[in-house]
Amino acid sequence: MTFAEIVKFIETKAPGRSSIIEGKEVVLVSPADWSEISTLLKNESEVDFDYLMCISSYDKGDNKTFGAAYNFYSIKRQHYLEVRVETEDGTTIPSVTNLWKTADWHEREAYDMMGLQFEGHPDLKRILLSEDWEGYPLRKDYKEPDYYHGIPVPKDKSYWE
Amino acid sequence: MEEQTIDKTVFETGEMVLNMGPQHPSTHGVLRLKIHTDGEIVSKIEPVIGYLHRCFEKHCEKLSYEQIVPFTDRCDYLASMHMDHAYSIAVEKLLDVELPERVEYIRVIIAELQRIASHLVALGTFGLDVGAITPFTWAIRDRERVLDLFEALCGARLLYNYIWPGGVSHDLPPKFVDRTLEFLDYFDPQIDEFNNLLSTNKIFIERTADVGVLPPEVGINFGVTGPSLRGSGVDFDLRKNEPYSIYDKFDFDVPLGEGTMGTIGDTWDRYYVRVLEMRESAKIIRQACAQLPDGDVGEAIPKKVRPAVGEVYGRYESARGDVGFYIISNGKNIPLRVKMRSPAFCNLSVLGEIAEGWMISDVIAILGSLDIVLGEIDR
Repeated sequence: MTFAEIVKFIETKAPGRSSIIEGKEVVLVSPADWSEISTLLKNESEVDFDYLMCISSYDKGDNKTFGAAYNFYSIKRQHYLEVRVETEDGTTIPSVTNLWKTADWHEREAYDMMGLQFEGHPDLKRILLSEDWEGYPLRKDYKEPDYYHGIPVPKDKSYWE
Repeated sequence: MEEQTIDKTVFETGEMVLNMGPQHPSTHGVLRLKIHTDGEIVSKIEPVIGYLHRCFEKHCEKLSYEQIVPFTDRCDYLASMHMDHAYSIAVEKLLDVELPERVEYIRVIIAELQRIASHLVALGTFGLDVGAITPFTWAIRDRERVLDLFEALCGARLLYNYIWPGGVSHDLPPKFVDRTLEFLDYFDPQIDEFNNLLSTNKIFIERTADVGVLPPEVGINFGVTGPSLRGSGVDFDLRKNEPYSIYDKFDFDVPLGEGTMGTIGDTWDRYYVRVLEMRESAKIIRQACAQLPDGDVGEAIPKKVRPAVGEVYGRYESARGDVGFYIISNGKNIPLRVKMRSPAFCNLSVLGEIAEGWMISDVIAILGSLDIVLGEIDR
């Protein structure tokens, strides 16, 4: 299926629940509709997205809006789809761990790095950083700590220039 | 005689939590496994990762597109060329540029040589994990020849910085093609010897056949890709399914697990798919060397990479599976966000599922057959 066909299919099954980002082949879904749309993508045999490749969290740079981009592929039908769920700080995104087990670690990573909250995740805790880490490093307003467990963090970045 | 009393608390019969790693030769890096055991039987495994986290994605926010390549090198340090190639393909997709044909051919030759080198380490260390020492030395000996070729190519043996967005850093050195073909002539019979030594060894088969079976639907659901998924008989290889670069020009097969020694998707199948893939890689290299066009490898894009505003998700079949680079550009020469989909990250997450109910010694075999590289998992 091409992108247009997939969008048309989603529109017939769940009218008005998703939109297309202008000029891009990306479907935008609000957090409130995401659990319904995700179930549809997984379980309907016509689209059959059995393989969730990646969840990429991103910060839009206004310290308020964060998003998660889901890249899907269907191994059976060989088509591809990107879905984005955007949320304001403090609102949760429904977890898709019950549909794709890949989401378990990817959502933990998005929480760890960007501070996205996933509702219904079985064990949402840090994965790459240590559990006592403060803040979410990939947010644009993240400030590097001066001390970590009493050890000063070197601030000289002249070797980068 | 005095009656002996046994302290019941010393011989507890409950579950025991065993820590394997972070420093353990069988974890292929700095990985910690919290293994819940009931006697010798594993009831639950929790992998604890992040010991090798080097903030790759945070670094990318401060570096220009071309400066990121040395960092991708260090992600999967056993298949650095694949990481560079994957990243370069994503950036080129974002820039929408055509590459000179010679560059594409050189990249394919190098990538397939790298696949052979990476699989040799995977097979050798897997033998080491289950107690076979000699195959490791043989595998490393043959890998050395590939590294010699790479050294002639770009001067480095492990972290190459060779494939760049827009091209490669140097043209092939003189006689490189002849030396590559010479290596392949040497290497083909070595695979047979390797099979005699390890693949068909009775002790090895006893340790690996029927162990840790990964059902195809479970593998897909957990996002397992690469040889680990093809061992379960799923015909999914990006080089065939979604051909990137010039892979559609070559004739090669995708080896699948067939359950020759036991069940489809067992540890032996995952191992043997890698052996067969080395033959296919050799096939691709021979074809690419024969068709290698003349020309200039001069870069197709300007020195300063400055893509338009937009996003891209680039996909690539590395030695360990489906690598993805999700890059968001805001029109500057520094990317807004780079996210790497690491294949070994997803492959490792399935360990807890398939190792349940097996002995602790089998966990080592199953982990070895998943072929993880911690540099890529932790980034």
